Amino acid sequence: MVTINVNKFKCGYCGACVSVCPVGALELVETWIEVNDLCTSCGICSKICPVGAIEVKK
Amino acid sequence: MKNEYDVVVIGAGPAGSITAKTAAEKGLSVLLIEKRQEIGDPVRCAEGVSKVWLRKHIEPDHRWICSDVKGSRIYTPDGTMIEMAEEIAGGEVGYVLERKIFDRALAYEASKVGAEVMVKTRATGLIIENGFIKGVKVSHLGESYDIKARIVVGADGVESKVGRWAGIDTSLKPVDIETCAQYLMSGTGIDQDYCYFYLGNEVAPAGYIWIFPKGNDMANVGIGILGNKSGNGKHAIDYLNDFVKDKYPDAKILEVDIGGVPVSGSIDRTIADGLMLVGDSARQSDPITGGGIINAMEAGKIAGEVAYNAISKGDVSTKALNEYEEKWRETIGREINNSLIVKDTFTKFTDRELNSLGHSLEGVNFSSMSLLDLLYALFKANKKLLWDLRVLFKTVVKYELDFEK
Ligand SMILES: Cc1cc2nc3c(=O)[nH]c(=O)nc-3n(C[C@H](O)[C@H](O)[C@H](O)COP(=O)(O)OP(=O)(O)OC[C@H]3O[C@@H](n4cnc5c(N)ncnc54)[C@H](O)[C@@H]3O)c2cc1C
Ligand code: SF4
Ligand code: SF4
Repeated sequence: MVTINVNKFKCGYCGACVSVCPVGALELVETWIEVNDLCTSCGICSKICPVGAIEVKK
Repeated sequence: MKNEYDVVVIGAGPAGSITAKTAAEKGLSVLLIEKRQEIGDPVRCAEGVSKVWLRKHIEPDHRWICSDVKGSRIYTPDGTMIEMAEEIAGGEVGYVLERKIFDRALAYEASKVGAEVMVKTRATGLIIENGFIKGVKVSHLGESYDIKARIVVGADGVESKVGRWAGIDTSLKPVDIETCAQYLMSGTGIDQDYCYFYLGNEVAPAGYIWIFPKGNDMANVGIGILGNKSGNGKHAIDYLNDFVKDKYPDAKILEVDIGGVPVSGSIDRTIADGLMLVGDSARQSDPITGGGIINAMEAGKIAGEVAYNAISKGDVSTKALNEYEEKWRETIGREINNSLIVKDTFTKFTDRELNSLGHSLEGVNFSSMSLLDLLYALFKANKKLLWDLRVLFKTVVKYELDFEK
């Protein structure tokens, strides 16, 4: 299940979200973010993204 | 690419390139991998660096130096300005670099002394046998390869996964990261001899705005705010847009840079059997300034030397690699710990407290003052600050810490 949505037009592939994910669900692959099913929808990545590119789906 | 090396370094930022260079110089076989196709790009940095410390690692080269700064001007929320000459400005000023060229130059240095370099090559996991790290799984142009290594060095920056793969929890809490956005702008009209800092909870909650000159009429105009202040409809970029609209409505944006800086202070462990973490992946950036280039290079130098010592002895367990742990904690670690104390105090300041600090320093001639004089001036005017920073004050006196870095 996809739990977050990264707006790829806003994202600047900086990796900040990857560093704060408590469960290691995110990965910065070259120039895009991938999320795996470990994501718990905690919302921390969305909070700290410098450009507000991440939306958590409830 | 061979299938076995003495050392595989993951990430070609300053930490990784200096590690690779140091290890290769000693005669080890070294592979440096970088997932990006261009080393150093995109930039996640304000590019300020201390001259003295930079010179310890590389001869300054005009191709990657944009400007040579004379001092810093710090503005408190009510507009009070404090000017500091370069020698005591906290050290993150000196040169303003062109990181795209600088990072590539460092990788070139590593390649010149024999390290192999591979771009578009991403580490996807570690090869672990009986709890011992024995190599790296990589993906290169979509193909997977296993590469054996006697020692793996994680230099994979803020988004580091290498530590987590080895069982070291490097995840950052929102209070442990500065979330940042920056524009490279033309036409701000700033005096290119200075770096500028704007403090205040309205413009940059628990952080600051910086303006670093980039030569001609260009400048890095950026902001970092503490992660716990971000969100709720306003992110770093929104604060930056407000500032720029207010201050430089006619300046042009030539580039957008974003990123996160770890400000957690030292983490518990940066080694495992067959593995070391260096630079931002080891959370070695400075908790108060957010500067990490020099610390990354210092750590890389130590790690490269320790890799050589450990491999020469035929022991790459944590017992041998502990030399790295001890050395970085004795040097850069000590200053990271002190900066953490300052950060914890600074991020709690109200605008009124920031203003009163500014007033107590206004008009003081800083170029002739030592750090101790500065602390005395501050503490005389702000008793509460003396109390909040008492631990730091003791260590400064004890070790005569080098704040010029
Ligand atoms: C906005 C901002 C402003 C800053 N301003 C300053 C400043 O003015 N002065 C200063 O000293 N510091 C500053 N810093 C901090 C500084 O940029 C970092 O501390 C420094 O880059 C750390 O170097 P590093 O080599 O550890 O990591 P990085 O430079 O981040 O390099 C890590 C490299 O590893 C690569 N990588 C990651 N994962 C993998 C993988 N799985 N496989 C292969 N490669 C991988 C990345 O692509 C990257 O190239 C700033 C940071 C930010 C975000
Ligand atoms: S923090 Fe935001 S901009 Fe940075 S990589 Fe994650 S989604 Fe993209
Ligand atoms: S919502 Fe939480 S768990 Fe999911 S990717 Fe973001 S930080 Fe990780």
